[in-house]
Amino acid sequence: MADVKTFVPAPDRAPPSNAVGAFAWVRDNLFGSIGSSVATLLFFYLFFSYVPPFVEWALINANWTGTDRSVCEANTAGACWTFINVRFEQILFGLYFASNPDEIWRPTLIFIVFFALLIPLLFEKTPGKKWLVIGILGVFPVLFYFIVYGGYFGISQSNTTQWGGFLLTFALAFVGILLALPIGILLALGRRSEMPVIRSICVVYIEFWRGTPLITILFMASVMLPLFFPAGVEFDKVVRAMIGITMFQSAYTAEAVRGGLAAIPKGQAEAAMALGLGYWRRTVFITLPQALKISIPSIVNTFIALFKDTSLVSIIGLLDLLNMAQTASRSMEWKGYDIEAYLFAGFIYWAFCYGMSRYSQNLERKLDTNRRN
Amino acid sequence: MTERARVPLHRDPKFRALVFQILALGFVVYGFYSLFQTTVDNLVARGIQTGTSFFDEVAPFQIGFSPFFDYKLGESTYIDVFFVGIQNTILVAVLGIIAATILGFFIGVIRLSPNWLVSRGALAYIEIFRNVPLLLQIMFWNFAIFLPSLPAPKNSIEMGSFYLNARGFHTPLPVVDDSTGFTIWIAMLVILCAGLVVFARRAKARFEETGEQLPIGWISLGVIFGGGYLLYLIAGSPLVFDEPVLGRFNFKGGGQLPLPLFSLWFALTLYTAAFIAENVRAGIQAVSQGQNEAAHALGLSRKDTVRLITIPQALRVIIPPTISQYLNLTKNSSLAVAVGYEELVAVWAGITLNQTGQALVIIGMTVAVYECLSLFTSFVLNWYNKRIQLTER
Repeated sequence: MADVKTFVPAPDRAPPSNAVGAFAWVRDNLFGSIGSSVATLLFFYLFFSYVPPFVEWALINANWTGTDRSVCEANTAGACWTFINVRFEQILFGLYFASNPDEIWRPTLIFIVFFALLIPLLFEKTPGKKWLVIGILGVFPVLFYFIVYGGYFGISQSNTTQWGGFLLTFALAFVGILLALPIGILLALGRRSEMPVIRSICVVYIEFWRGTPLITILFMASVMLPLFFPAGVEFDKVVRAMIGITMFQSAYTAEAVRGGLAAIPKGQAEAAMALGLGYWRRTVFITLPQALKISIPSIVNTFIALFKDTSLVSIIGLLDLLNMAQTASRSMEWKGYDIEAYLFAGFIYWAFCYGMSRYSQNLERKLDTNRRN
Repeated sequence: MTERARVPLHRDPKFRALVFQILALGFVVYGFYSLFQTTVDNLVARGIQTGTSFFDEVAPFQIGFSPFFDYKLGESTYIDVFFVGIQNTILVAVLGIIAATILGFFIGVIRLSPNWLVSRGALAYIEIFRNVPLLLQIMFWNFAIFLPSLPAPKNSIEMGSFYLNARGFHTPLPVVDDSTGFTIWIAMLVILCAGLVVFARRAKARFEETGEQLPIGWISLGVIFGGGYLLYLIAGSPLVFDEPVLGRFNFKGGGQLPLPLFSLWFALTLYTAAFIAENVRAGIQAVSQGQNEAAHALGLSRKDTVRLITIPQALRVIIPPTISQYLNLTKNSSLAVAVGYEELVAVWAGITLNQTGQALVIIGMTVAVYECLSLFTSFVLNWYNKRIQLTER
């Protein structure tokens, strides 16, 4: 037999030494052109003139321990985290729970349960996600009511006007998203309905709430809501704010879900119709599950916006995270430490919003590749 | 078998749709009716007379900042308060939109810089500012940074005739001194601009005919500023500058941006710019690389590629979400209530509501103003989307 020569390619030569490694990266990415070099130097200048002093102030020279302002007055070169440390429970849980040491377990337990349910949900491979979702959306709110609001099983009833801090921010945002989701889904379906009257009602509702600033809605909820209900029906301030936020949020959720519904190919609904499914079965079993899956990133985005917007309740006098931090920094004992208060509250908001936005971006990327396959 | 099976009435889709809609309409109408009834009952029970008669009552409080209307304590009425509020809302919205657009475009462009540090810096800016509540940012700048660190009026920071202190930012303001001279100057400016329009048309016609390009933009800019200044001198310098002068407590005269307005403007700009920057980045990335390569293949210079190929296509993607951001900025300006800038929600839905107790009318009017703005925005958006659809193939 004749020799069969197979082609064996020579191994690749290594790239030139000046095209790889840290040096090449620095040259390409930091000093690629004259303009780029100037920008890099400018960046370094700005960075080193602002960041190290800030780090020194915020971390290295900062005061962490102590119980009153004398510690901070002795060392003014650093931030006064002592203040946050002393008021930590207030800023997190509000006056009611912070001033009753026997009750502090209630909000603590509720947050532990919440994060125990939430964190496994963020990982892709967790088994039994369905139960976790049911736990968060169905069981958790009931638990929250019984433990934080109380009034049953020997747990004393808490005063909602004394709810505050992060607990209140969390409660407002959670109630907002929980109630807004079903209302928003119905509104989105209504807006895509073929019945003109239903469609117009939904469009007017959605556009009305979307066109008004939340602060006006909160004013409306706190001033006008009592007028709308017969005498004798009374809501406290927190519930009024929750109603306003739910109305507002449902309009935004509706738009997010509508985006998802619009992205489902028409063939899905048509195939379901051909199989003899009526409107509700078609919607509940075929279109809605697909639409909701696609619209999770936008729903999370509206949730981020809502989480930030709950801070507006401090204008109508509720002591949420922002207002609690601010109130603490204006008290006699801690006057003058506003920067620390705002930075701390800002950091909590930032950590949650940034986390959620990263999560939604990841999800978006994942869903996007699914569609291309 | 020509006879079709009759669909029972309760299964007929058309009939069912009709019934549903009548039910829904009835439900909504009944809901509004009972809401209205309870509200009227409640108002009667509390002895509140709803109406617009309080409009003409004299408002018993002062509004310190009203650049275009005259507001006088003891003379101005509640309805004047409403218009002053709208004026101040529009003022901060316009200032914010201009500044946020400039900053947002800048951040969005450098986000795509080939320089790693610069693009990461822009990313850090975006992620920090859009993930912290705007209200917190407004309060932070106003109460934690500007108010404690800016000096009292006596020790203002001076920048020429500009002064910055804890009360606000004070600038010289041009005031018409010689009104005939001013009219002559404006008339000459109009003629100059008309001349430029004719020139630009000629230049364009010439370009279409011969392909010769004139730097129309630079020439126009030079003529408007150089010629404008020359004409100003010819007209006998009809403007004088009203300079801020230190009085007993604060500066008098000139233009002034009170500190709450300054903080609000600052925070709104930083916050909205982060969102606009993301729109700009997405818009530029939406232009496919093939477009740039094709432009290079046609021999367009780098500058012309950006100007004629990238920007027009990117703007199509950038403009619609940016217009929504402008609306958001305008709605967000209502957070001024936290720092005491006297815009619509603060003076009308806040102070006036407390003074008169006319919740229904006042909240209704406030909502109506924002609804009008929002309708106007969606009108502009629809118009723009239709227009770009026509030019698209």
